[in-house]
Amino acid sequence: MTETVKANNLDGMASANVDARAAGTTMAIEDVTLRYGDANGVLALDDVSLKVAKNEFCVIVGPSGCGKSSLLYLAAGLNDATSGSIKVDGREVIEPGPDRGMVFQSYTLFPWLTVRANIEYGPKRKGLPAQQRKQIVDQYLNEVGLAPFADHYPAQLSGGMKQRVAIARALANDPAVLLMDEPFGALDSQTRGTMQKLLLRVWERQQKTVLFVTHDIDEALVLGDRVLVMTARPGKIKAEIKVDILRPRSMDVILEPDFIALKRRILGLLHDEIDEVH
Amino acid sequence: MAQRRTAWTRLTTPFANIPASTATALALAMWVVVIGGWALLSYGRVVPNMFLPTPGTVLETTYRMSLDGSLFYHTLTSAKVVILGFIVSSVIAVPLGLWMGTYRAVQAPLEPLVNFIRYLPVTSFVPLFILWIGIGIEQRIAVIFFGTFFQQLVMISDCARSVSRDLVNASYTLGTKRSEAVWHVIFPAALPAILDTLRVTMGWAWTYLVVAELVAASSGLGYISLKAMRGFQVDVIFMAIAAIGLLGLITDTAFRILRARVAPWAP
Repeated sequence: MTETVKANNLDGMASANVDARAAGTTMAIEDVTLRYGDANGVLALDDVSLKVAKNEFCVIVGPSGCGKSSLLYLAAGLNDATSGSIKVDGREVIEPGPDRGMVFQSYTLFPWLTVRANIEYGPKRKGLPAQQRKQIVDQYLNEVGLAPFADHYPAQLSGGMKQRVAIARALANDPAVLLMDEPFGALDSQTRGTMQKLLLRVWERQQKTVLFVTHDIDEALVLGDRVLVMTARPGKIKAEIKVDILRPRSMDVILEPDFIALKRRILGLLHDEIDEVH
Repeated sequence: MAQRRTAWTRLTTPFANIPASTATALALAMWVVVIGGWALLSYGRVVPNMFLPTPGTVLETTYRMSLDGSLFYHTLTSAKVVILGFIVSSVIAVPLGLWMGTYRAVQAPLEPLVNFIRYLPVTSFVPLFILWIGIGIEQRIAVIFFGTFFQQLVMISDCARSVSRDLVNASYTLGTKRSEAVWHVIFPAALPAILDTLRVTMGWAWTYLVVAELVAASSGLGYISLKAMRGFQVDVIFMAIAAIGLLGLITDTAFRILRARVAPWAP
């Protein structure tokens, strides 16, 4: 059932003007292995390779504990791989940087800053002038529909609103790739649906490269151009599934036969993994 | 419809809120009990007045010493010692504690030493301080410093260490450099906890006052209580104790207000 991983050339996308650069690779993960502790330590990731094309929405699904979050932390530069390399726009990842924005599963807004100041944090670190910062902040506040809450503190927001700010905050830095680590995992299912819709809308308008990690198959198929299925620990890419469902997608897409067929396939792949664990 | 809870049920439910008026009434009742008990014991001569003065005598003494300015003078001296000792201690403990909590390389050498020192009784160092520093106000400030600093250091390093890792990670992905993380993320995130630590240790600083003024002082609330002990002026001792308690209450409130101002976002 294992399929080889190949670079996705965006040929499935119905985008009108895909220029030469857009067809290129934004993020390349090559032969990445992660072992905790010494040579006898737990092997979390085993020789993982994948490529994310420019403006592609790539989703990784896998059973819990398979190392999919660890892979994202490596891509962000928050942790070091035992071997292998990760490149973003051709540059080797050696430390975290603003070119790889990240949205975490836990709420990571700075509680001492207002919504506005949270979004402004990255542009401020970059040293952008105040006027330009304000313009960026206003744009993303509107993008996530939180302009009326600009002066609220995170503690005054609901979980879904917090993650909307977190997305706006990451995008305000204009990162080459947006890494999302189960960003909606802690939300209730209704809010999750709303957030998926919002993320799709933002992604379609902003044209961003996204690497999204989730254990929710519906979420993976609603959002992704391509879904990578990981094995249980040690994590490996087990299969690559192209999601040829036309965009813009609505939430009703989950009822369509194409969708259900893809879901069945991924469920089968994951069930093998879960059975192996038990 | 659920039956309305009775006042008694509410009062006896764990963590349940009670009306503000009830809370105030209970707080007042406590003072009435304490002062009433005191009045009963002293006026009723259950305890001889030589050991337990009456509330009236203490009030009289307070009035007398307020009029001649001596209460103000001694209070000011004591407040100066405590506040200076506390400020010197905090100014060093806050940044050093932040580093200790942030960098294992700072924590590793400091922690064993600090934990050794902080269990030593402050009183045992008083003779040393007199020998080294003399008998001026510096010696008293040193006692307050010694009693507060090492406790503050350990507690503030804990405040820094309990800052969420993902908060720091998120700041990295937004362009924060490693060297900036302490100032831009760890300090503001730990600030409410640091202010709480300062408030608690301020209380401890006040408790070291009498120790500080035990030997080589010629003014201050601790000094006058010790002098009063020799002359069996129990009323003066009571007044001094009440003054220290009141000052503690004032600085405590000041810190609560400061925290609400500086970190309005924190619960």
